[in-house]
Amino acid sequence: MSDQTHMPVQHDLAPGEEEQHSVGERIIGYVVGLVLALLLTAMSFFIAGTDLVWQPSIPVALIVLAIAQMGVHLVFFLHITTGPDNTNNVLALAFGLLIVFLVVGGTVWIMAHLNQNMPPMDQIMQMRS
Amino acid sequence: MSMTATVGRGRADPHHIGRAIEHPGPASKRIVTAYGFWVFLLSDIVMFSCFFAAYAVLVGQTADGPKGSEIFEHRNVAIETVCLLLSSFTCGMASIAADVRNRFWFYLGMAVTCLLGLVFLTIEFREFANLVSRGYGPSRSAFLTAFFSLVGCHGLHVSAGVLWLLTMMAQVFAKGFRADILRRMMCFALFWHALDIIWVAVFSVVYLLGSSV
Repeated sequence: MSDQTHMPVQHDLAPGEEEQHSVGERIIGYVVGLVLALLLTAMSFFIAGTDLVWQPSIPVALIVLAIAQMGVHLVFFLHITTGPDNTNNVLALAFGLLIVFLVVGGTVWIMAHLNQNMPPMDQIMQMRS
Repeated sequence: MSMTATVGRGRADPHHIGRAIEHPGPASKRIVTAYGFWVFLLSDIVMFSCFFAAYAVLVGQTADGPKGSEIFEHRNVAIETVCLLLSSFTCGMASIAADVRNRFWFYLGMAVTCLLGLVFLTIEFREFANLVSRGYGPSRSAFLTAFFSLVGCHGLHVSAGVLWLLTMMAQVFAKGFRADILRRMMCFALFWHALDIIWVAVFSVVYLLGSSV
């Protein structure tokens, strides 16, 4: 079955490791990541303090910018890609993200409901009077 | 990949991941070590998510103390952010230098990374000291407890990272670019980049979002 071997058999990539690149290409990768991250950071700080945009949209914009910047860090600094040699790393990351969203989302959701259904004593007294 | 290419290789590549599996034996130690460390980093991020959840719940519970918008200084946070970002970059340069076994650029990259990390820690420590001296310590309100534990936990990680960085420089100085030293250097680079990712969440959620509450 010689047709199986025309793809070079290689090991998976360790997290943080890149495919074979020259030093120049690797440095350019880091520079691109740095520029993108700086741009996103500047946008975050600008958006947070500006009056130019509709105010209720600011928290959503900040969260989107933060997620985008984390993506930039993952791709350009940690070299997590979607390539087949990175499957293990991506799956571990996906599981970690699942737990993070369960913890943060679940906590915020449950505590918001608790606040609504069990207000402090003084608020209950106000409702009675 | 075209369909015709996958048909012939269907058995050897059952999940069509574009690679024929030929049982190349166990993965190298470098991959096993880095993967194990990656799993540790993800569990560390899960731990941070608990602190983030606590902060998100408690951000409004100021007990008549200061609100976030009254104590956060965006200028300092921006300087801290740029420091960490640049240190992540120089850390990447140092790991490239370690891979090509260039001592000068390795020491230079690590030294700049260390310096930027120390600047970050100094600014953060002064911010904490300033808050405590004004009576806004962690025991003032639930909001401040959550703030100090989240940002302080990240600061502790950065401090541990700086110690690890100095250890790596000493090890390369004493032992050279041996395979085991390069593995440790790789784990350190992963750790440092992951700290920067956590800081992105910290400055977005704590400082920028927290000021608007």
